[in-house]
Amino acid sequence: MSILIDQNTKLLVQGITGRDGSFHTEKMLEYGTKVVAGVTPGKGGQDVFGVPVFNSVAEAREKTGANTAVIYVPAKFAKEAILEDIRVGVELIICITEGVPVLDMVEVMKVLKGSKSRLIGPNCPGLISPGKSKVGIMPGHIHKQGPIGVLSRSGTLTYEVVWNLTLAGLGQSTCVGLGGDPIVGMRFVDLLELFMKDPETKAIVMVGEIGGEDEQFAAEYIKKNATKPIVSFIAGKTAPPGKRMGHAGAIISSGNSTAAAKVEILRGAGVTVVDFPDEIPQILSEKLNLSFQKVI
Amino acid sequence: MKIHEYQARELFQKFGILFTQGKVASELGQAKAVAREIGFPVVLKAQVLVGGRGKAGGVKLAKNDAELEGAFKHIKGLIIKGYTVEQILVAAAVDIKKEYYLGITIDNARNDVVIIASSAGGVDIEEVAQKTPEKIQKFYLQGQKDIDLVRWPNFIKNIFEDPLAQEKGTAVFQNMLKTFWAYDCSLAEINPYIVDAKGTWYALDAKINFDDNALFRHPDLAVLRDMKSEDPDELEAKSCDLSFVKLDGNIGCIVNGAGLAMATLDVIKLLGGNPANFLDVGGSSNPEKVCNAMRIILKNSQVKAVLINIFGGITRCDDIAKGIIEAGKRMTIRVPLVVRLTGTNEEEGVALLRQEKFTTYSSMREAVSQVVSLAK
Repeated sequence: MSILIDQNTKLLVQGITGRDGSFHTEKMLEYGTKVVAGVTPGKGGQDVFGVPVFNSVAEAREKTGANTAVIYVPAKFAKEAILEDIRVGVELIICITEGVPVLDMVEVMKVLKGSKSRLIGPNCPGLISPGKSKVGIMPGHIHKQGPIGVLSRSGTLTYEVVWNLTLAGLGQSTCVGLGGDPIVGMRFVDLLELFMKDPETKAIVMVGEIGGEDEQFAAEYIKKNATKPIVSFIAGKTAPPGKRMGHAGAIISSGNSTAAAKVEILRGAGVTVVDFPDEIPQILSEKLNLSFQKVI
Repeated sequence: MKIHEYQARELFQKFGILFTQGKVASELGQAKAVAREIGFPVVLKAQVLVGGRGKAGGVKLAKNDAELEGAFKHIKGLIIKGYTVEQILVAAAVDIKKEYYLGITIDNARNDVVIIASSAGGVDIEEVAQKTPEKIQKFYLQGQKDIDLVRWPNFIKNIFEDPLAQEKGTAVFQNMLKTFWAYDCSLAEINPYIVDAKGTWYALDAKINFDDNALFRHPDLAVLRDMKSEDPDELEAKSCDLSFVKLDGNIGCIVNGAGLAMATLDVIKLLGGNPANFLDVGGSSNPEKVCNAMRIILKNSQVKAVLINIFGGITRCDDIAKGIIEAGKRMTIRVPLVVRLTGTNEEEGVALLRQEKFTTYSSMREAVSQVVSLAK
């Protein structure tokens, strides 16, 4: 098993005829993802790498049975793209688009709350269940199927962490990039819940960063509910206060959102927080061996 | 994006919020003319985009021409947290009977717009929040654009005692909300909102921040940007589509992705080095971007070595390698360069760089150790 996506995921790509959309459609197809439909208003009837293009999500869903949508449209159209998915009842929405206005996301979250849809992103690399399905922009070849669940607020830093795992022979159940914006759909706590329930996932890596309070909420959740070992790295220890470090969410605004405060809170909840990303595999191996020994 | 107090006042005034009379001045003559027009006493306030100007001596009262001249000369050119005061707001001084804090912002954890108010206004609201949190009231819009008038009375009567004040306060919040939505603000604040001895209500100070992601919807705001208050290198980087923040060390950094860039700075520090900057070249792999990044970093004379740390995803390592080689042709790279390439098209990128006699690394820790020892 894995979480959120697997070999049965039927994906539709919004913005499939655009530069980014078509490029990543090809990469996802190469990985083995079942890309069943594309959507670009006004371009219905065309195809992109053999994937049929429709004018609307409703039509694409009706004709192909797509249950997951990935969004590559420009920032000014992202809100409408997400709302269209929610209206039609798409179960999982992944918004890759960077630069979506925050108040657009406030509107989206209000509608999302009363719906059955789940949202990952915006401004995220997407997610991958290695060997089964890849939805997003991450390089597929650095991943390997296995027992580690990875969740992160970053893109390339996630690749760094995953690559270290793969080199050490530790495969991944699912790797999720939640996105670097102040307001995103699913957050650490939502993903931790899914990983705790997933039998394939034996241990979890959580990559956090400065800004916001998500790591603090995660710590509260972990204290009460964690049944699997968690190792964490928090980026931004050297970030100057008040400066935006690339991610809109990565700005230190209150005492609680510094890297040091987050590290302390997570350690208090029993999480092993490492200083270097390349220390993660070693610690995970130790923790997994320990739990295996207990079983024996 | 941040704007000055006098600009925020003008925006709020457009939406019907009453401020004391006042105008901005950059010369003494202008300041005197403003004071004559509105009448003494006046207050002179430094216009800088950082907080704490009162404590830094950037706010002064003047009862006559002589005091105004003294105050103006003191404030003009004052350096507050690294920013030089160029403009001064001259506004009517009033007898304050009571001060309130009124603010609107986005609560990211709750995905909602929140109205914040306090009857302890006029001071740093973050301090109030820390020391006396009971003096701060919050009202969530719960996804609506306007105030929900069913829930509202309970909130507003905790701030203002008499019904007339409640009415005034409600009207101001409604107008602040209109401003907030009209311009995609991330913060709209009036601190203090006051009542004077005669019972007249005024806004005395204004602060507005805009969501950078939404500026494309508001081309009219571009003229409000104060270029002088921004770091010229950061502005140049922005125009090249690079995300750049200057730091105080001697190791220049070029990294792809914000999270990896932050982690790279952390690892440099942990291994005993000191980064000169944060720089995210972004997701696309245009060789031109590497050239621009190198140019901006090498402008800093403190830089003793440069680290390029790339984990290729959408970014292709061969494109980065081409950019490095191209940069070497266009400019003199006066410091040692340490390159780490991993991920998409790694072999091609490494091969290109080896031909040009560059040493490359595949592990981040090795590359960082190397650059730290070179910068010492």
